[in-house]
Amino acid sequence: MISLNHYMFLSAILFCIGVFGVLTRRNAIGILISIELILNAANINLVAFQRYLGTPDGLGQIFALFVVAIAAAGSVVGLVLVIAIYRNGKNIFVDNFNLMKW
Amino acid sequence: MAQFIPLFPFLAFVINIFFGKRLNQASAWVSIVASGMAMLVSIQTFFEQQAHQNGSIVLGEWLSLYGVPLKFGVTVDALSVMMLLVVTIVATLIKIYSVGYMHGDPRYSRYFAYISLFTASMLGLVLADNFILLYIFWEGVGLCSYLLIAFWFERPAAAKAGLKAFITTRIGDTGFLIGIFLLLSLTHSLRFSDLAHVNVAGNETFFMVAALLIFFGAVGKSAQFPLHVWLPDAMEGPTAISALIHAATMVAAGVYLVARTFPLFLANPAALEFVGIIGGISALMAASIATVNNDIKRVLAYSTVSQLGLMMLGLGVGGYAAGTFHLMTHAFFKALLFLCAGSVIHAVHSQDIRTMGGLFAKMKITGMTFIIGALALAGVPPLAGFWSKDEILLSAYHGHQGLFMVAVLTSFLTAFYMARLIFLVLFGKPRSDISHAHESPVSMTFPLIVLSVFAIFVGLIGSPLAGHAFQAFILPHEGAHEVEINSMIMWLSVLIALTGIVLAFLVYMKGLKLPAFGGLYRLLLNKYYVDEIYQEIFVKPALAVCRGAFGFDFRFIDGIVNGTASCVQRLSAIFRPLQTGLVQNYLLFQVVGIIIFILILGGLCFRF
Amino acid sequence: MFPLLSSIIFLPLAAALGILLTPRNNVRLIRTFALSATFVVLCLSVLLVIKFNSALPGVQFVEHHLWIAPMNAWYFLGVDGLNVAMVFLTALLGFLACIASGGIGHSQKEYFVLYLILMTGMLGTFLALDLFLFYIFWEAVLIPMYFLIGIWGGPRKEYAAMKFLLYTLAGSVIMLVGILVAYFSASPHTFNMFELAQVMPLFDLRLQIFLFLSFYIAFAIKVPVFPFHTWLPDAHVEAPTPISVLLAGVLLKMGCYGLFRICLPFFPDATQYFSLSLAVLGAINLIYGACVAMAQTDFKKMIAYSSVSHMGFVLLGFASLNITGFNGALLEMFNHGIITGAMFLLVGVLYDRAHTRELDQFGGLSATMPKYAFFLTFCTLGSLGLPGLSGFVGEFLSLIGAYPVFPKLTAISCLGLIITAGYFLFMIQKVLLGPVNPVAGKYPDMNKWETLTLVPLSVIIAVVGVYPAAVIKFQQIALEALLIFK
Repeated sequence: MISLNHYMFLSAILFCIGVFGVLTRRNAIGILISIELILNAANINLVAFQRYLGTPDGLGQIFALFVVAIAAAGSVVGLVLVIAIYRNGKNIFVDNFNLMKW
Repeated sequence: MAQFIPLFPFLAFVINIFFGKRLNQASAWVSIVASGMAMLVSIQTFFEQQAHQNGSIVLGEWLSLYGVPLKFGVTVDALSVMMLLVVTIVATLIKIYSVGYMHGDPRYSRYFAYISLFTASMLGLVLADNFILLYIFWEGVGLCSYLLIAFWFERPAAAKAGLKAFITTRIGDTGFLIGIFLLLSLTHSLRFSDLAHVNVAGNETFFMVAALLIFFGAVGKSAQFPLHVWLPDAMEGPTAISALIHAATMVAAGVYLVARTFPLFLANPAALEFVGIIGGISALMAASIATVNNDIKRVLAYSTVSQLGLMMLGLGVGGYAAGTFHLMTHAFFKALLFLCAGSVIHAVHSQDIRTMGGLFAKMKITGMTFIIGALALAGVPPLAGFWSKDEILLSAYHGHQGLFMVAVLTSFLTAFYMARLIFLVLFGKPRSDISHAHESPVSMTFPLIVLSVFAIFVGLIGSPLAGHAFQAFILPHEGAHEVEINSMIMWLSVLIALTGIVLAFLVYMKGLKLPAFGGLYRLLLNKYYVDEIYQEIFVKPALAVCRGAFGFDFRFIDGIVNGTASCVQRLSAIFRPLQTGLVQNYLLFQVVGIIIFILILGGLCFRF
Repeated sequence: MFPLLSSIIFLPLAAALGILLTPRNNVRLIRTFALSATFVVLCLSVLLVIKFNSALPGVQFVEHHLWIAPMNAWYFLGVDGLNVAMVFLTALLGFLACIASGGIGHSQKEYFVLYLILMTGMLGTFLALDLFLFYIFWEAVLIPMYFLIGIWGGPRKEYAAMKFLLYTLAGSVIMLVGILVAYFSASPHTFNMFELAQVMPLFDLRLQIFLFLSFYIAFAIKVPVFPFHTWLPDAHVEAPTPISVLLAGVLLKMGCYGLFRICLPFFPDATQYFSLSLAVLGAINLIYGACVAMAQTDFKKMIAYSSVSHMGFVLLGFASLNITGFNGALLEMFNHGIITGAMFLLVGVLYDRAHTRELDQFGGLSATMPKYAFFLTFCTLGSLGLPGLSGFVGEFLSLIGAYPVFPKLTAISCLGLIITAGYFLFMIQKVLLGPVNPVAGKYPDMNKWETLTLVPLSVIIAVVGVYPAAVIKFQQIALEALLIFK
């Protein structure tokens, strides 16, 4: 029987992979993908809690849908930024891009 | 009707300032007709006033002070009627004179605009029935004086003289303003008519301070010591202006003010005494400077200071009628003298009397009228100055021995310097080429003739020959019968005048050498170094204070402001390297932070 | 009822949105659009002045709508004697400065958008009667002002703009604390100024003093009161001409207005407690400002410091806490707006020609620029308090109001009158009189647009000087009501 703990474990692993990816990838696309991982880890949690502890009105699932929608919007903005960065610097390595300093 | 008198010249001002360029030569006639109208209405007002004595017309409320409405109005009494007549007559004549004198000036219409504004303000000043209205016009005449002194503004000296005149009188005016505040807080009224029944009991000191502050305004306007320095410099303006503003009318406004507020001074004998002393100092000091000065206009300017001092002295010893009488006669003959000087300058294009001489032969009318004016000022009977000066001497004679001596000495010096001026300018051998000199046009000589008629006869109305009609007019309640006739003083007056003239004749025509007063001469020639002293002890320190204030502002106050900012900046410089600009670094901090936070949280949960 | 006040406030904002939609190359269209918008605002404000009944106590043209219900913040606008003249002043100067904005050389679109937003902010500040709304408008003024100075200013524009922004923002933050304390101290919590004015005076003196100071500092920075004045010369000098006009003419009045609208009715005891200090500060402003102005060689900086000096009269009149002083202070606010606005326009006229403001670079302009000489002399005389022109009445009333309360201090303040005459005439002498400067002598006289901006101001200077009741009758009743708090 798959318990809540399994889901939480999966979600934690996904989350850690995502964080690791965000922190270590130089490629901006990679970072965006890693962020998606983090968000999906959260989604798994939301849905799992809903299923096992949850309230009858499906709040967790609705919330997960919101996250998916907003993550999509976030990715769009992120990709736009990546394109802008690319146009400026001809590459998408984030460590070349430290204009936000000061 | 009296309230409309200032409107005529004011209308002329409006017309001239806005349409002057188009009117061109006609602007002079606009101005002259306006003052002529004002003169006619003034004469009518004089008869009305004689018929039903004093009147006061309230025009309306201007402001309210502490909820009490401040009403403006005009006052019609002997003093204001006298001033109205003097101002309108002299102004009209001088405007006629200016037609010739200012002929060809590029700012011809502007000149007549200003002079009309001046006439309007001056008439408003003498008609005002309260301190505020008087102060408004008081500043108005000061403005016109400034504009007209600096009329030929291309000359730096003229621009500077205008500035000096305005600032110096403004110092006096500020004192005057504070005096008004003080008086208002004491009496809760600013109407002149209420001054007659002020009750000084219990507040003697405050009333005295108020009187002195008001007198300080008069000191500035009438160029009395210690604020006399602006008047000689004001001679940079056109001569007709010197005649009107800086001899006959505006500078007399100070004397008028003291006369107008005379009840206040009568209630404070110490203040009155002070008025006399300041008048005495000014009279003697200016007269002594006039004896050595070589600029024809400046001699007359110092003479004006001296004569105004004499009026103040007259008022200060309680001679209300004497002071005002001299104010009136002086207006006519001093205007005459200035206009003559203007005519002379017009002919020889120089103001230095050392380059003149022998002009009488070239300019008969100017010469004759000049002599009449000089004799009137010197106090030779039966000309105007004799009678009024005699009145002042007489007033001082009782109880004010010191001031009496000052007045006598001043009269002697006056006769001496006027005779000196006449001899050096009109007689003797020409000291430079005067072949091109010629008599001035009719528009200039006509006013000279009219004014010299006044200079001869106007004094008679206050003489025993006319039964002291002037005194009866100006002091209707006391009447003429109280005016005493002291023949001793009259003879003394004649004697000192003649001595002065004879001495000048001997020195300047016969070459009599006076004993050398080298030091005294230099002192007088440098006007007692008053300008230099003021420059050192007031002007320079004041400018230094201003520069110091700016330095303080810039370095200290702004320094604190900018210092605060740079402190924050320096503090932030310490933490700045933490911001690498790499998003991943920030995230790393964030994750590490979260992990630490979770550990602490976990630890805390574990403990409880 | 037609929402007159809202239209006055938001018409400029609407026009700003309209300008955003116009093509940026069509400068003529943009300028015409902005001009007509400000002109309509001026017309509306004239309508307001005409329809304003000066005999009625209390506020008129009220617009009172619930805005943010949980906070009990209302959209509350109204006019009374305290702000009616200010609204007119703002609208008038806004229109005239808009005419004078023709010299703006680049990015006209952005300039006029920000300019119109600034107008909305200023008008809103004067008309808002709800503290929250007031604060929003108050802050809304800062941002466009920052950009207007920082982008279109002189050589040190960034420095001046930043200094202005940070300085005034610091004051506003302190005021925000005061607003919040006031809000939470009242029960039920309210931002309504009139309700607060009922409640606040009941608090004990120590709380009143604390709150008074928190508001006072924000206002004092705006006025500006010594020693918070140093942003002003920098901002004025660097700002483009029309913005200097609004800075001096309107922004400074926001601070003075705050003293009357908030400090006095909210904290009457604290005001009383501080009246002597305020009077002393007023005297310092007056004399110190005049002294520093005397030491200037830069035309614009001199006028800037003269504003500091003139605000001393407002403070002195305010501190006197009597009807005469109040009348003087409020009148001086109006007059100073008109006169100093005109002075900055005149400085701008000269700067457009010479690109310098050093007084030594001119001379003898009376001969070559007679129209300019007339207006400059006229406004200068108004500013130095020549009786018969408007400056005198305000100064005179302030001084005479303060005299019975602080006789010695008022007498000392009168020194400022002498120094003021000194530096102004000194300026006249350097610019207009003396021999004609060979370079400056070639400048053309004022053109018809420049004349057009100065004529209305000069007319007001003359009319108010002769007939001050024209302004005073609007403010009398509101000021009498203020004294009841005392």
